Amino acid sequence: MTTRNTGGFFRRVQAGLWRHRVVQLLLLLTPPVGWFGVVYLGSLAILLLSAFWYLDPATSAVRHDFSLQNFQLIASGPVYGDIALRTILVAAVVTLVDILVAFPIAYYMARIASSRVRAILFVLVLLPLWAGYLVKIYAWRIVLAQGGLLEWFLGLFGQAGLNPGLSEPGMVITFCYLWLPYMILPIYAGLERIPPSVLEASADLGGRGWMTFRRVVLPLALPAVAAGSIFTFSLTLGDYVTPQLIANTKFIGNVVFDNQGVANNVPFAAAYALVPIAIMAIYLLGARRLGAFESL
Amino acid sequence: MRTRSLFATLAVAGLVASACSSAATPSPAPPTAAPATASPAASASTAASPSAPASPAGPSLPTSIGAGEGELNIVVWDGYAQDGTVEKKYDWVHPFEAATGCKVNAKPGGTSDEMVTLMRQGGGTVYDGVSASGDASNRLIANGDVAPINPDLIPDWKDIAPFLQSPAHNTINGVHYGVSHGWGGNELMYRTDLFKPAPTSWDVVFDPAKAAGYKGKVTDYDSPIYIADAALYLKAHKPDLGITDVYELTQPQLDAAVQLLKDQHQFVGKYWGTFTDNIDFFTNGTTTIGTTWPYQVNFLKGEKVKVEGIVPSEGMTGWADTWMMSAHAKHPNCMYKWMAWMVTPNVQAQVAEAFGESPANPKACDLLDKPGGVGPYALANFCTAYRVNDKAFYDAIAFWKTPQADCGDSRGKTCIDYSVWTQKWTEVRG
Repeated sequence: MTTRNTGGFFRRVQAGLWRHRVVQLLLLLTPPVGWFGVVYLGSLAILLLSAFWYLDPATSAVRHDFSLQNFQLIASGPVYGDIALRTILVAAVVTLVDILVAFPIAYYMARIASSRVRAILFVLVLLPLWAGYLVKIYAWRIVLAQGGLLEWFLGLFGQAGLNPGLSEPGMVITFCYLWLPYMILPIYAGLERIPPSVLEASADLGGRGWMTFRRVVLPLALPAVAAGSIFTFSLTLGDYVTPQLIANTKFIGNVVFDNQGVANNVPFAAAYALVPIAIMAIYLLGARRLGAFESL
Repeated sequence: MRTRSLFATLAVAGLVASACSSAATPSPAPPTAAPATASPAASASTAASPSAPASPAGPSLPTSIGAGEGELNIVVWDGYAQDGTVEKKYDWVHPFEAATGCKVNAKPGGTSDEMVTLMRQGGGTVYDGVSASGDASNRLIANGDVAPINPDLIPDWKDIAPFLQSPAHNTINGVHYGVSHGWGGNELMYRTDLFKPAPTSWDVVFDPAKAAGYKGKVTDYDSPIYIADAALYLKAHKPDLGITDVYELTQPQLDAAVQLLKDQHQFVGKYWGTFTDNIDFFTNGTTTIGTTWPYQVNFLKGEKVKVEGIVPSEGMTGWADTWMMSAHAKHPNCMYKWMAWMVTPNVQAQVAEAFGESPANPKACDLLDKPGGVGPYALANFCTAYRVNDKAFYDAIAFWKTPQADCGDSRGKTCIDYSVWTQKWTEVRG
């Protein structure tokens, strides 16, 4: 009796859902939209909101009142601007170097390599991503340190003095290594998508190798390069471990970490965290104009 | 074609996600580190009566230690639970396990802040105990995270230096919340072969006229708490600032200390954040003079690097650690056995020598001061060098605590709290 009743109940629900497509859609979309809206955008909204709170100087407790003092402090001296500028500059250099290194590799993989070699290259590109992020940074510490691997290697050519050591150039090298796969993969995907017929057409019209590359391949691959640069730029912009461990310099992330971790000044950390968000918003708008999103 | 690029996108997105999640824990664990914010409530109630016995505190105090639970999970400063892997001779974990049947799982904490967080995990049931520094211990007590303990169950309690039996950082109103373990100071280290003449004062790093001679060779500890070291220098050399406590600075006092550090910035070659950096920079001569912990001095001497660590004439900042038990410990008997074990003379001698700090139990000196000590980091006349029984010296160390707005004296709430120290330190570093 009960079994038949429940069976009837489910069937009625089924039938009801079939008839009311809106309800069906609602049930399907509520979990993902809820996650995105509440968990993802909600936490961003709280971040934005808490940037306008401040620490009560007497009790060190967070006061939930509106105030612009965090932003005034950021704007008051050169130090926070310098740190933001340093972060952006390093992110830009890392992105540029990664493009220069990744493009030939991706081009070789997409256009020249046999499928066997391509598979091997794929494994080699992806392999470092299976190793822990901290492990890789500490490995680079060993490579770059005074009396380390790189110094020994350069010493073989009598150029030991060229070793950058645990400094800002050393940090750029480490960043380039860390994010290189994120540049290679989108460029590879972009280059592979260029139909061979386009290249043949270029050749038919008298375009030689370099001409074809410059006027056909490069413009078609540009969205992919922009897509890859989103990764290298944003990952560098948000990193705070590599600056601390390799160059012991301050990035935006280090200032955020220092203020929220130990000092418990979450409002100030939130205010400064809006700086990279603003930078990325501008960057993404630019990338969209280059067609990066179509190429993802 | 379309599917493949979609696949690539997914792969990249996944990899980005995994990279981001693996970036979550950045702090390499130094043997001891900067303090974190303490609850103001803690310092308010520290007016203890040191002579009072620990008999009160309600019915919860055990009167005997039961059988071990077979396991012990503790949060420690790196180096406080050695099992012979670093140096064969320094092993007090295996003998403890053999004697009590309690298997030790030690989790190193990077900072006091991290240790407090770890101790609160799982409602305080994940870890049984912690080696808390002075800035963490009062927070743990104020929040009810740690249990009052019965000193009668610690046989060596009576031998602990009198000034460490009931210090304000672990004893509140005569109730003991742990057993003192060891203490030490942030010394001034220099390369004896590269830095001459030998320094006697912090002026070699803070006085521009002197520091200019070693431009680029000076090193500072990379933490806001280092502002206290500058304040300590000013306390001795600029008495008109009226600095009484280097962690309780009013705005003009803090500004003066920060200005000193900003002026010093051009002479600083490296700021060290991890003790391994400190060791590397002194090994290869990148820096030749600056603040350090005794641990690094001992390590470098062991590596035959020509260094010396001294206590400058102005005194120094420092730390004092306590073994504390979680109020919700799953293995309280093993934790009691561990606390009792850690203050026995033999273990105290090993920790003191391996870590480079003063043992809380001066009985350890019988072992430390005999020729050859107890291990490879032995030091002749260890206990004289570390002033183990010297209460005046102990009192002269400015032990780390968290700067708060409440000065804790007649000045009221005119002091500057740690969040501002952090911002000021960012300005110093640039």
